[in-house]
Amino acid sequence: MSEKSREEYWRRNVKLVVQCLIVWFVVSFGFGIILVHPLNAISLGGYKLGFWFAQQGSIYIFVALIFFYSSRMGKLDKEFGVEED
Amino acid sequence: MSLKVLTFLVVGATFALYIYIAIRSKAKNTGDFYIASKGVHPVLNGMATGADWMSAASFIGMAGLIAFLGYDGSVYLMGWTGGYCLLAMLLAPYLRKFGKFTVSEFIGERYYSNTARMVGVICLVTASVTYVIGQMTGIGVVFSRFLDVSYANGIYIGMTIVFIYAVFGGMKGVTNTQVAQYCVLIFAYTVPAIFISLTLTGTPIPQLGLGGTMADGSGTFLLDKLDTILVNLGFAAYTAQKMSTLNVLFLTMSLMIGTAGLPHVIMRFFTVPKVKDARSSAGWALVFIAVLYTTAPAVGAMARMNLMQTIQHGEVGSIDGNIEYAKVPSWFKSWEKTGLLKFEDKNGDGRIQYYDEKGLKNAESYGWKGNEMVTVNRDIMVLANPEIAGLPNWVIALTAAGGIAAALSTAAGLLLAIASAISHDVLKGWLMPNISDQQELKYSRVAIGGAIIVAGYLGLNPPGFAAQTVALAFGLAASSIFPAIMMGIFSKRVNDKGAIAGMLVGLGSTLIYIFIYLGWFFIKGTNMLPNTPDNWLFGINPQSFGTIGAILNFIAAYAVSNLTAEPPEKIQKLVEDIRVPIKAD
Repeated sequence: MSEKSREEYWRRNVKLVVQCLIVWFVVSFGFGIILVHPLNAISLGGYKLGFWFAQQGSIYIFVALIFFYSSRMGKLDKEFGVEED
Repeated sequence: MSLKVLTFLVVGATFALYIYIAIRSKAKNTGDFYIASKGVHPVLNGMATGADWMSAASFIGMAGLIAFLGYDGSVYLMGWTGGYCLLAMLLAPYLRKFGKFTVSEFIGERYYSNTARMVGVICLVTASVTYVIGQMTGIGVVFSRFLDVSYANGIYIGMTIVFIYAVFGGMKGVTNTQVAQYCVLIFAYTVPAIFISLTLTGTPIPQLGLGGTMADGSGTFLLDKLDTILVNLGFAAYTAQKMSTLNVLFLTMSLMIGTAGLPHVIMRFFTVPKVKDARSSAGWALVFIAVLYTTAPAVGAMARMNLMQTIQHGEVGSIDGNIEYAKVPSWFKSWEKTGLLKFEDKNGDGRIQYYDEKGLKNAESYGWKGNEMVTVNRDIMVLANPEIAGLPNWVIALTAAGGIAAALSTAAGLLLAIASAISHDVLKGWLMPNISDQQELKYSRVAIGGAIIVAGYLGLNPPGFAAQTVALAFGLAASSIFPAIMMGIFSKRVNDKGAIAGMLVGLGSTLIYIFIYLGWFFIKGTNMLPNTPDNWLFGINPQSFGTIGAILNFIAAYAVSNLTAEPPEKIQKLVEDIRVPIKAD
């Protein structure tokens, strides 16, 4: 693997991590804590939306995020020919 | 069959299963002992991580904590799950690529310094030992409450079981038993939850029941009803925020970073075959953890609802709105015997009044003379759940087995982390570098045996601060271990001096901040300021300080590194190498 493609691979990995962590931050710290009061004005069944994000929604999104990251990294590994056999 | 006999049978059967698994998975070399020879399937590793992570506190304590904190309990739900995103994206895959045995070994090699490695060992051992005390007390508590076995004997039995499978099987034995323990604990947790949700809301899925309507035909949402009941009795509304937003933010962040930095969790990701397995395995771990963590808030709210409605079954202030003490259900009496529930008839009317004296101003006009539920221990929210829901005895027996499984699996993971740091980092890595693999394996068995004895001793003589130590464990992991590893992967510039300075600043500032408010080394009366919000620096709770400690660690490490020489060429190559799944050149 050339120095250049190694750097490019790492740059793309870091970019993906940053994108995922933005979502991670927004759903928990954003929707579940900072914006909890305005969001609580909206209801999701018997849940107030902000409360739902804090006690349920953020956890589901965390799970989805890890699998999303994992599958996108799998594709990136293939693209750069660094997947394990 | 009596409940006691049944409980003995169920708990005994799970123990027999753990020992059977242990006999089948003897460790043959250090690779087996430390990392199960990297042969654990990612889904099974996720399950084992779930059991490793979910402790006695998660199983017994968390739903009760949420029941009384309401919305504020979200810090634990988000904090103890969000850390897995950090683990999956920032640490686990690269540490798996590094492919060695312990967390401190990575710190030692990346920062080309035995000092850094030993500072890592100190952080790791301190965090793990404080955490293991809670597991030991958890085992003692479950034994004494469900089986009438004394607290001390309960701990001896627990120590023996862990000894058998951890000493012989090492990581291999621990992994296999953790998979079994996950199944036991999740079954024991969800069955009562499903029944309670069915009774209260008519839906078998607790996560939907929490957002559903009451099954009483009123059409009111459960959470709205709970808010109303609590507010009418002077308590804060369940869904309202009580802590300051700043502390909610900082505590959640501390728990997340701390989770990602706990060595016994990180270590689990050394056991999978490939880098890509480490990524997906973190996802599987969180799936298995989320089953319990999304059920817990439902259990908490529903248990609180059951408790409130049992005591206040009619209108607040009406003569017969409160239950007569003579007519309380049998679970109430049986938990009263344990001292976890305590009733005092302050106004002598033979009925129970349970309310918040500060919030309910006109209580006196009802003839109430103070809150009469003088003790409501939050742990009973899970332990008494099956009885409150009127479930058969085998479910109660299962709850005991589940609580013990949660405590044993976490204790084993922690003990293994401590033992491998001692035998691999301190002995093989520093004091006796020339010992053979078989000798090291022998030492690691002695180390884990020793760790079990120390943990048992601490469980039998728990320091008075057992509750606070959990905060300490997360604070330490967040402020020392997590930043050191993350910088080791994401920066090529951070050097030995920077990392050591960072770890010491993070660890030191967090310890000092905790000690100032909770007493030096937690000795009562030695705290320098009262532990109240108006004394806290910028209003930050000592529990939440790990976030600040981590920030100070990053700043110190970058500052010192930039003032001193950059790491040698070889180390920069090492960093480049761990960033790519296969050999990079």
